[in-house]
Amino acid sequence: MSILLGENMVGGYGGADILQGCTVAVDVGEIAVIVGPNGAGKSTAMKAVFGMLNLREGRVVLDGKDITALSPQARVKEGMAFVPQTNNVFAGMTVEENLEMGAYLRTDDFRGTMEQIYDLFPILKEKRRQAAGELSGGQRQQVAFGRALMTEPRILMLDEPTAGVSPIVMDELFDRIIEVGRTGVAVLMVEQNAAQALEIADTGYVLVTGENRFTDTGAALLANPEVRRSFLGG
Amino acid sequence: MEGILNAVVLFSNFVLIPGMAYGSQLALGALGVTLIYSILRFANFAHGDLMAFGTMFVILITWWLQSIGVGIDPLPTALLALPFGMAAAIAISLLSDRFVYRFYRRNKSPAVIFVIVSIGVMFLMNGLVRVIIGPNDQEFGDGARFLIKVREFKEATGLNEGLALKLSQGLTIAVTFVVVIALFWFLQKSRTGKAMRAYSDNEDLALLSGVNPDKVVIVAWVIAGSLATIAGTLYGLDKSFKPFTYFQLLLPIFAAAIVGGIGHPVGAVVGGYVVAFSEVTVTYAYKKFLIYLVPESWEPESLVQLLSTEYKFAVSFVILVVVLLVRPTGIFKGKVL
Ligand SMILES: Nc1ncnc2c1ncn2[C@@H]1O[C@H](COP(=O)(O)OP(=O)(O)OP(=O)(O)O)[C@@H](O)[C@H]1O
Ligand SMILES: [Mg+2]
Repeated sequence: MSILLGENMVGGYGGADILQGCTVAVDVGEIAVIVGPNGAGKSTAMKAVFGMLNLREGRVVLDGKDITALSPQARVKEGMAFVPQTNNVFAGMTVEENLEMGAYLRTDDFRGTMEQIYDLFPILKEKRRQAAGELSGGQRQQVAFGRALMTEPRILMLDEPTAGVSPIVMDELFDRIIEVGRTGVAVLMVEQNAAQALEIADTGYVLVTGENRFTDTGAALLANPEVRRSFLGG
Repeated sequence: MEGILNAVVLFSNFVLIPGMAYGSQLALGALGVTLIYSILRFANFAHGDLMAFGTMFVILITWWLQSIGVGIDPLPTALLALPFGMAAAIAISLLSDRFVYRFYRRNKSPAVIFVIVSIGVMFLMNGLVRVIIGPNDQEFGDGARFLIKVREFKEATGLNEGLALKLSQGLTIAVTFVVVIALFWFLQKSRTGKAMRAYSDNEDLALLSGVNPDKVVIVAWVIAGSLATIAGTLYGLDKSFKPFTYFQLLLPIFAAAIVGGIGHPVGAVVGGYVVAFSEVTVTYAYKKFLIYLVPESWEPESLVQLLSTEYKFAVSFVILVVVLLVRPTGIFKGKVL
């Protein structure tokens, strides 16, 4: 059974429905990847799972409990963390303050977690007094990733965590995501670099116009000629 | 040498000290405007009348305390009454949020609607103040008048020119100093302050981090109401209390917030002094000042006053227009209105 499930989700931004009954799920220690063309509704599906969108139909289930009506803040308390695709750092605040904001709901001592994140991304320690808005694209993504990790989430949701970063940083970020997954965190992510992402995916979802077109293991999707032709560029 | 000293004293007496005091009052006002702008994302036109409302309560309580003989001489009784005025301003702010602004926030109305709504709230507060205390000038200052008296200063220094420092001016500068430091400490270091900056910086991400938007909004009103009452009371003690004057203060206060960069607290403070000193230096008559400095043959015949004091609001207006045309983000790169 999945720890997190968004089932038959239908909804949008007030106008026409963007999601047309799409389903995504992820399990503990697993990496699930959503791929698909631009405008397919990948980000919308992530927002729906995090409660930032009103669903007309379908439900979101966490640990077997229906959380469809829960606010995003309440989901943070339940152990979910989300890195949105855009504007995912507090640009005017320092790197360290960004991380502190990640731990906003924590009442225990979070310095240990912060040290772990600095170990994961040493450059952030170096730049911890600098405003996040002044950093390069790759460093910003690391801040965004780090902020989400500060809650010590059970479920980490990442929307295109490697957008706009160099290939080297991208490989590094993928490595970090795998590491986080190994610690027992359920990772649900959207990726533009579909081929590379499916390689590390336990489960892959190909989303087109708000619907699941293909759902399978990452390896099986990579081997599927139709998926290769339509979505992985041959 | 004595000429230069006399000129310096003259300048301090008529430009520096009044400018510092007025600048402090504007800074406190502009901080409130900027704070509401960064959290609720609209320019609050009711801020001037919120100042009047809070100050009115301070005055009423001050009168009552005076009538029962309670005071803290030589300090003005109004300081004792200040917390009550702050509470009243906070209460009306929270009520207006609960019954007016919240509706538009839930509807995600555009900023223009909020501005117009705030003008409605402004008329409401303005009406309340006029009904309760009336439209006229009110006297409520007591305690010592001066920290430094002209005559004593002259006797002590032997200079022609005397320096006066009113208690209300000294108090204004000191209170502003303390309030600004406390506010900056709060915003920079406290958990709630950081949540407010985060919410102002990136609302969605703040929500994703678990920041409670209702709480942030409440704290913003609490601070804005407090600052408005402090600013209004200090202004009233320094000059006088008249509801219409407080409405008029909106212009220099907005100018201050925008010059500094709206949404930027440091900018609001700097902007307050920039606007105040522009006003004071432009409307000051430099004749006497120059006489002390230049040889007799160069002595000016006119008053050497760039603008007569009746036009002092034009200064704020010109600053506002120039900043919006040339550098709309202000000195410290706030948000563009
Ligand atoms: N805030 C919004 N309000 C209204 N419509 C939106 C909003 N955000 C996205 N949309 C629309 O929803 C559809 C799906 O967008 P979404 O961002 O989910 O796509 P995506 O798959 O994440 O694309 P991309 O790969 O470009 O990130 C698009 O047609 C988009 O125009
Ligand atoms: Mg997207």
